[in-house]
Amino acid sequence: MKEIKFENLKSGSNLEKVLVSGQFACTGEIGPPTYASFDVIDKHAKEMKGKVDAVNFTDNQTAVVRLSSWGASLRLIYEHGMEPNLQVVCRDRNRLAMQSDLLAAYAHGVRNVLCLSGDHQSFGNHPGCKSVYDVDSVQLINMLKRLRDDGCFECGAECKVNPKFFIGCAENPFGDPFEFRAIRLEKKIEAGADFVQTQCILDMERFELFMEKVRELGLHKRAFICAGLMPVKSPRMARYMQTGVPGMLVSEEFCQRLEKAEDPKAEAVNITVEYIKRCQQIEGVAGVHIMAVAWESIVPTVIEKAGLLPRPTF
Amino acid sequence: MIVAERKPIEKVLEMIAPYKKVLVAGCYGCVTVCLAGGEKEVGILASQIRLARSKNGNPIEVVEQTVERQCDAEYLAKFQDNVSSVEAVVSLACGIGIQYLAEKSPVPVFPGVNTLFLGANLDVGKWAERCFACGDCVLDKTGGICPIARCSKSLLNGPCGGSQYGKCEVSKDVDCGWQLIYDRLKALGQLDKLKEIIPAKNWKRDKGPRTLVREELTLERD
Repeated sequence: MKEIKFENLKSGSNLEKVLVSGQFACTGEIGPPTYASFDVIDKHAKEMKGKVDAVNFTDNQTAVVRLSSWGASLRLIYEHGMEPNLQVVCRDRNRLAMQSDLLAAYAHGVRNVLCLSGDHQSFGNHPGCKSVYDVDSVQLINMLKRLRDDGCFECGAECKVNPKFFIGCAENPFGDPFEFRAIRLEKKIEAGADFVQTQCILDMERFELFMEKVRELGLHKRAFICAGLMPVKSPRMARYMQTGVPGMLVSEEFCQRLEKAEDPKAEAVNITVEYIKRCQQIEGVAGVHIMAVAWESIVPTVIEKAGLLPRPTF
Repeated sequence: MIVAERKPIEKVLEMIAPYKKVLVAGCYGCVTVCLAGGEKEVGILASQIRLARSKNGNPIEVVEQTVERQCDAEYLAKFQDNVSSVEAVVSLACGIGIQYLAEKSPVPVFPGVNTLFLGANLDVGKWAERCFACGDCVLDKTGGICPIARCSKSLLNGPCGGSQYGKCEVSKDVDCGWQLIYDRLKALGQLDKLKEIIPAKNWKRDKGPRTLVREELTLERD
């Protein structure tokens, strides 16, 4: 194995090293359970070990109470020796709580953070709760950048041991206004985002159009852009995502391929593998993020079939 | 204006159950305009109360009075005679008027409306939230459309991923505030404004309940 000498890494995380060294990154995702146990985390972590560069842990996804993303991240570090990508949404915490949680997360070894707005509370199981949104995702990104690079909290006060995170953000190439999406990504990069994981791509043409705009703005040279992909195991789920999930675009071809397939699960894997290969051909795409919601165990198969193994080690 | 809606009659009856004589207090301000607590609604509620109580064999005397503004001490004074002759008051003013009247009243004051938001009258019978009273207006940056009041997440730097076809992820009946901002700035030829990163906001809650003192006016009165 060729040894790479890294200079000026921002966080030194494995994910950062993979991306900085120019290798096609590959991350997975685990949705923590809605109960007080690490069982599914342990199960999926074992499946993904050695197959992904980092594992995202969602932060109360769809506004449903779940085991916390930082708690799950620590489990991954201590029990499995793997690297988490800690998702943080702006819905549930104010700037005090966010910074405090992130200090602890860093001290425990978390190095990647993905900053998100978060699904509206109306989607979840506590729709009557008061959401926070003290800061938005762009402001959260900037808060982390200032903590890392300037050693100061949002208020300006000094942070003696500053957390050096690899700062991530999301962007949704399928949301509207479409013309604003790349500009919004530019704002996030300007605010301090080092890497991007896109909303899951179920309409490749639209994603390619988005990447054109990204390249026009030169954003792919300022941040690592990882394409979000989702193996969708049933045609019914694909149709639901096409019509029932705000901000999603699902191509007709995608739905029909699953509908016509004798074995939709096998076809879902085929499509995801194809999409990975297409993403590898798109200028400016630095990796893929596989979010197999409620189908985490398929991730290693997808990655293997896409020829992304073995993963780099440093 | 401050937009309010009438509380269900059952709730009001529950609040005043122990009393035999009450005042229904209206306000000619915002609640008159939004048809929740003006003179007309005072009359309707008073009749409903009388009817319900006499039907239950537990009659009640209901006094009616409406003043210019319940959020102003000068006009509240007009209630003095009536509040001293009743056992309780149901105020149909917004939450501000209800509280201010309660401060001045020797008897309990109960809310007859739910105060909803600061909004505009869009059409007959339709009101919608427009201002959050954040205390640091950003409308100059956002084409005159407030991202705090109009975006379901009060995002300051653009739409979340749930914006599609002009609608918010919360409901197809809700416009995406940031789509509105985008369209307006585009029409004004000011799309460049969207590139500015608006920093984390000072929500101005550091001094407890907010107050405003204008020295020049207080001095004048002295």
